Amino acid sequence: MTTLLQHPGYEEEKLQRVAELLLCREVQAGTLLSLMGQPQQRCYPSIFIYGHRASGKSHVMNVLLKELELPHAVVSCVECVSAVLLFEQVLLSFFGCDAVSLLPRSPSLSDFVRIYRQQCSPSPAKQTRYIVMEKAELLRDTDANLLPALLRLQELVEDNVTVILLSEIVWDKFRPNTGCFEPLLLHFPDYSKGELQQILSQDRNPSYSAEFYSAYINILLGVFYSVCRDLRELRHLAALNFSKFCEPLSEGKVKETDTHKLWRNIEPHLKKAMQTVYLREVSSLQWEQIQQMDEKETGALRGLSAHTHVELPYYSKFLLIAAYLASYNPARTDKRFFLKHHGKIRKTNFMKKNEKTSNHLLGPKPFPLDRLLAIFYSVVDSRVAPTASIFSQISSLVTLQLLAQVSHDDQLDAPKYKCAVSLDFICAISRTVNFDIVKYLYDFL
Amino acid sequence: MSKRKVKDAPLPLGDCLTEAQQVLRERFCRQQLPDRPEGVEAQHKHLLELLKRTAVHGESNSVLIVGPRGAGKTMLLQCVLRDLLEETEVQKNLLQVHLNGLLQTDDRVALKEITRQLHLENVVGDKVFGSFAENLAFLLEALKKGDRSSSRPVLFILEEFDLFAHHKNQTLLYNLFDVSQSAQAPIAVVGITCRLDVLELLEKRVKSRFSHRQIHLLSSLTFTQYLQRARTQLSLPDNFPDSKFAQEWNEDVTTLCEDKSVEEVLQRHFHSSKDFRSLHMLLMLCLSRVSVAKPTIKPADLLDASRLCLADAKANMLHGLSILELCLIIAMKHLNDVYEGEPFNLQMVHNEFKKFLQRKSNSMYNFDQPVIMKAFEHLQQLELIRPADSSAAKTQREYQLMRLMLDHSQIMEALQKYPQCPTDVKQWAMSAFG
Repeated sequence: MTTLLQHPGYEEEKLQRVAELLLCREVQAGTLLSLMGQPQQRCYPSIFIYGHRASGKSHVMNVLLKELELPHAVVSCVECVSAVLLFEQVLLSFFGCDAVSLLPRSPSLSDFVRIYRQQCSPSPAKQTRYIVMEKAELLRDTDANLLPALLRLQELVEDNVTVILLSEIVWDKFRPNTGCFEPLLLHFPDYSKGELQQILSQDRNPSYSAEFYSAYINILLGVFYSVCRDLRELRHLAALNFSKFCEPLSEGKVKETDTHKLWRNIEPHLKKAMQTVYLREVSSLQWEQIQQMDEKETGALRGLSAHTHVELPYYSKFLLIAAYLASYNPARTDKRFFLKHHGKIRKTNFMKKNEKTSNHLLGPKPFPLDRLLAIFYSVVDSRVAPTASIFSQISSLVTLQLLAQVSHDDQLDAPKYKCAVSLDFICAISRTVNFDIVKYLYDFL
Repeated sequence: MSKRKVKDAPLPLGDCLTEAQQVLRERFCRQQLPDRPEGVEAQHKHLLELLKRTAVHGESNSVLIVGPRGAGKTMLLQCVLRDLLEETEVQKNLLQVHLNGLLQTDDRVALKEITRQLHLENVVGDKVFGSFAENLAFLLEALKKGDRSSSRPVLFILEEFDLFAHHKNQTLLYNLFDVSQSAQAPIAVVGITCRLDVLELLEKRVKSRFSHRQIHLLSSLTFTQYLQRARTQLSLPDNFPDSKFAQEWNEDVTTLCEDKSVEEVLQRHFHSSKDFRSLHMLLMLCLSRVSVAKPTIKPADLLDASRLCLADAKANMLHGLSILELCLIIAMKHLNDVYEGEPFNLQMVHNEFKKFLQRKSNSMYNFDQPVIMKAFEHLQQLELIRPADSSAAKTQREYQLMRLMLDHSQIMEALQKYPQCPTDVKQWAMSAFG
């Protein structure tokens, strides 16, 4: 294992420690180390590392730089809302606070490079300095000059400095219009199933045997692997559900080796977890509480999305129903649906529809206010006066984001709306007012 | 200590390699200046003559060096400057101002930088005083006072020249070119840019003051030269401490460059790009594999490095997707095939996926809509799919129109490489229509 991490520039025991910390990433760490070379040697001006979320990009970088005690600055681009923060952080970690105080009030890239040069000219780097930019995809949204300048920082400051960019997004999407200094691309591949198993089995509970825990991880991966390969997510799920897995054991019903019974016990539980905890419908705290009280069925607690039902006034409900019908039915079918004496409409023509034009696939269509009111009067059985309250209810539905106003060109004259609620939601609403909405929907005829 | 006494004694292998790495890394990463510029002798001569006329005779000039990225524009200029400064007269006479379009993003910053680099009298330490207008007036006054015979010539070097053309009113460029046209202090303006249409960016008044002297660095490199360059880049210099090791290393490099497979790899790189930076990157990757256990570069190293350089990043990312995300991508591919590249939304993709599941009896991929939505959003985060229009906030997430940013062959290739891909999924991807 340690044979991969060998480098003449660094002490043997430090490398040993690094290798212990970097499980399943020895190849990548070895490549990086050989690219970085010995501390006093030059390194390539910029290295771009890409790979999926939680594939150990930051971890490998941090462990290497910390354990080998190389001068480095780790900058998260999420935190650096302006370039100034980036400059401050880099100067702080390389030259201390004195350098930061030299920065003028609103420093430009030019000031940063000047101060960097000024600081490093009396003490040129004996070791390569590393600037690690995490979540580098955000650099594209900042000042257009920042990314090209960072990529050739070594040339600009004439110091032995290397910029390492970490991102989830491929390099092709970064390249500026007029090109730039191309960084060295390095890919961190995803963990395979075996590697995930190996890493997850590391943090086992000491009161149980290693085989027991790895059997648990195996079952967990069996359920979640087809959906999620994010190590952090899986680790979180493993920690949450382990107590449930051990439950039959503590009750004395089964032995540790009886894997099949344990699987029978945990599998429906994990399936439920995919619908709830994985989607953050139920918070992990709630999930743990549910597990404590076993008489209550898991998932009986309503998740976040179950809270979507809103108490609306009577007419607002009908307005929303009318809006839904207007959004999802073609206008030419309105006569057939909502007029009592609609005359003859040829059935073949009316029923002609193909799946491609189904509005439940394409999404809601905008409709004018007049059509909304016409449908509204048709579906409400009683006589309703078009009072100010009805119109204000429409606009309050817009502020509740149940309706969306489509074009902003005119507020008063013939505004257009879209209905922005789901089918389940509108079904629940229409049930409260005893209205059978499915009968009126063209897609479900 | 004994080592130092006997200068020519062979060093241990580890030290030799460290030394060799040191030398070669300096060369690849820092783009060290060659002794003589290769392939651009004519341009070198031209530029040297021109700058010498400014430096010695006080003639004002302006010139643009134009060439693609990595063509050696900065290298050429640095070489010329080095040769120019060899003359003592020039050395004590010439003032240099280096500006970079990436750093001096507007005229105010550029002006401060000029004042600072010229050490004019409103500079204390490295702080510059005065407003933009004062600074400009002061600088122009200083330049105007001079004349051809008495004042020291100033050399302005503007890297990333095209970015200076985007400054407001092009004030800086106008003033610099204006000074170079009129009989004031002698200055030479050298612009370096990679844009061939850079003159179109200039305003008419700026353009008319520019001398229209351009030096083009368009590489007319043949493959033999490329190969030769690769060899010289890898070989160790004569002044290497351990001459025996250097000799062996150089022989190894020669045999390496004669290898058929190596030649093929280099040919492929040559066809994709002629610039030396990509070659340097390739050689750097090879060099990093050299260790005490394996003290020479083998053809296999070069092959590996080339594979690393030419790998398709998107295929790499597809490899790490979960099976659900892969299924969604296949569904999108089918939608693209059927509806000829029309944008799609999550509902359509889900519908397509459901059609696949209905045909299969085993429903092991029967996921809820929210789980599918999460997978879909992950794909969006990876920018494998992208919203078709930017009006994202208005529509519900499941109805937002998207476009797939992958092409057919990438998906099929990724599918072939995918670890433990289920057979039915593979077949579904192969089948032409859903």
